[in-house]
Amino acid sequence: MPFAWPSTNPEDYVRRRINRAPSPVLAIGLPWLSIAIASLVTFSPIIASAPVIPPLGYLVFLAWRILRPNLLPLWAGLPLGAWDDLFSGQPFGCAILLWSATMLVMEDVDTRFLWRGFGQDWLLAGLLTTAYIVLGATFAGIAAHFVLPLVIGPQLVMSLVLFPVINATVALLDRIRRLPLRRVT
Amino acid sequence: MARLPDRRPGFSRRAQYGIFTGYVVAIGGAVIGAVLLVVSLIQPEAFGFARTAANEVGRPSGVAAAHSRTIGQAIYATVGAYFNAGQQNAALSREVAAARANAVTARAVADENHRLKALLGIVDPVDRPVTAARLIGSTAQSARRYAVLNEGSFSGISAGQSVRAAAGLIGRVVEAGPHTARVLLVTDPENVVPVRRVGDGLPAFVQGAANGTVEIRLINMGLNPLHKGDVFVTSGSGGLYPPNVPVAIATAPHRDGASGRLASDPADTDFVVVLPVFQPGAVAALEASRQAAGPPPPVDEGN
Repeated sequence: MPFAWPSTNPEDYVRRRINRAPSPVLAIGLPWLSIAIASLVTFSPIIASAPVIPPLGYLVFLAWRILRPNLLPLWAGLPLGAWDDLFSGQPFGCAILLWSATMLVMEDVDTRFLWRGFGQDWLLAGLLTTAYIVLGATFAGIAAHFVLPLVIGPQLVMSLVLFPVINATVALLDRIRRLPLRRVT
Repeated sequence: MARLPDRRPGFSRRAQYGIFTGYVVAIGGAVIGAVLLVVSLIQPEAFGFARTAANEVGRPSGVAAAHSRTIGQAIYATVGAYFNAGQQNAALSREVAAARANAVTARAVADENHRLKALLGIVDPVDRPVTAARLIGSTAQSARRYAVLNEGSFSGISAGQSVRAAAGLIGRVVEAGPHTARVLLVTDPENVVPVRRVGDGLPAFVQGAANGTVEIRLINMGLNPLHKGDVFVTSGSGGLYPPNVPVAIATAPHRDGASGRLASDPADTDFVVVLPVFQPGAVAALEASRQAAGPPPPVDEGN
């Protein structure tokens, strides 16, 4: 018998389908948990002497918002942004403002551009991430009393390139989120 | 994919109010964020307690990550050591022989130094390190450069103390919690370190450029005397950093200073040492040596 790789479909790991429903804890909690963990990337093994890692918390947040527009409430930027601010090193309030603004902008985008493909989503995420990083660096520059020049370039390019990967990861998490784990009685 | 029609509630009052409240809270959130941002720009240490608490929460994962970093580096180093081991062995043997001779000379110089200092009555300041700690996190996604230590005020760390690794200065503590402390790294533009050039004591400042390099600015303008490879150590002026800690090495001189790289890259430091604030120790040492030297000789006036 040939060796078989373990399946990459999360659905294959759940045997029983009939009489089952998604677990509400996982269905509602997983997006919040994944964004909060992505914000914790500052406790990574990398002690960076330059801003090199893309803002993963924001990218995961944006990917969830684009993939599942109804999932995060409109005010989600307030608590999640506050959590991100505690670890990111930016002046406190920066992420609260920018994440809340992102939710409002996305609300407007959803009413204007109803049907979008992945390319348009990527373009949209690229524009929003660029604005986020540039504004974040501006606020940090004001806090440091020093104009921060082109230090955000590598981070920006990496964020744009990484978005499809993060989008795919979030899509996988979305499938895990909806696994039928709870028994319906 | 077009989104579900959840923003068109029809005649349901409850749904209409729900959507309206959502918008109010979202806009309120943005306004709250703006207010908090302005407050923390005016007063940067305003939310230090929240950050400290958050660091305490994140500490276990940071410690685990620091362990895995050390193990990973050790594996690479072990594997790498097998390549050109023989060549390296010969080179190291030669170096050890040379270093032994130098060590004898250095010991003689140190002895002489000690004797001369005793003659002059100078008391060396004893700056015992506060504690040794590990770097467990850094703000890798922000343009500001902070790192987090896994020791805090329970180990005697307080704001203002300087942090160094074996190779050189890392930064200074800005916020200390019970078990964690935040360090402003030398590469942050807000961190300005008074330095002098090794050899001739040319005074300068080192300021971070936030991209991993530092800017070396001269105090005396005019002809730029800097060269590639000049080493700068802390001068101790300002009273914050103890003197003679290596900080930066000049790499590219330009019109009014030079770009440099750090003497010690935080990325490959394992343990760091927290040093006490320099000034009180220096003042005490000055006082002690003044007492040891006795009253100043009388100044003869007139003539």
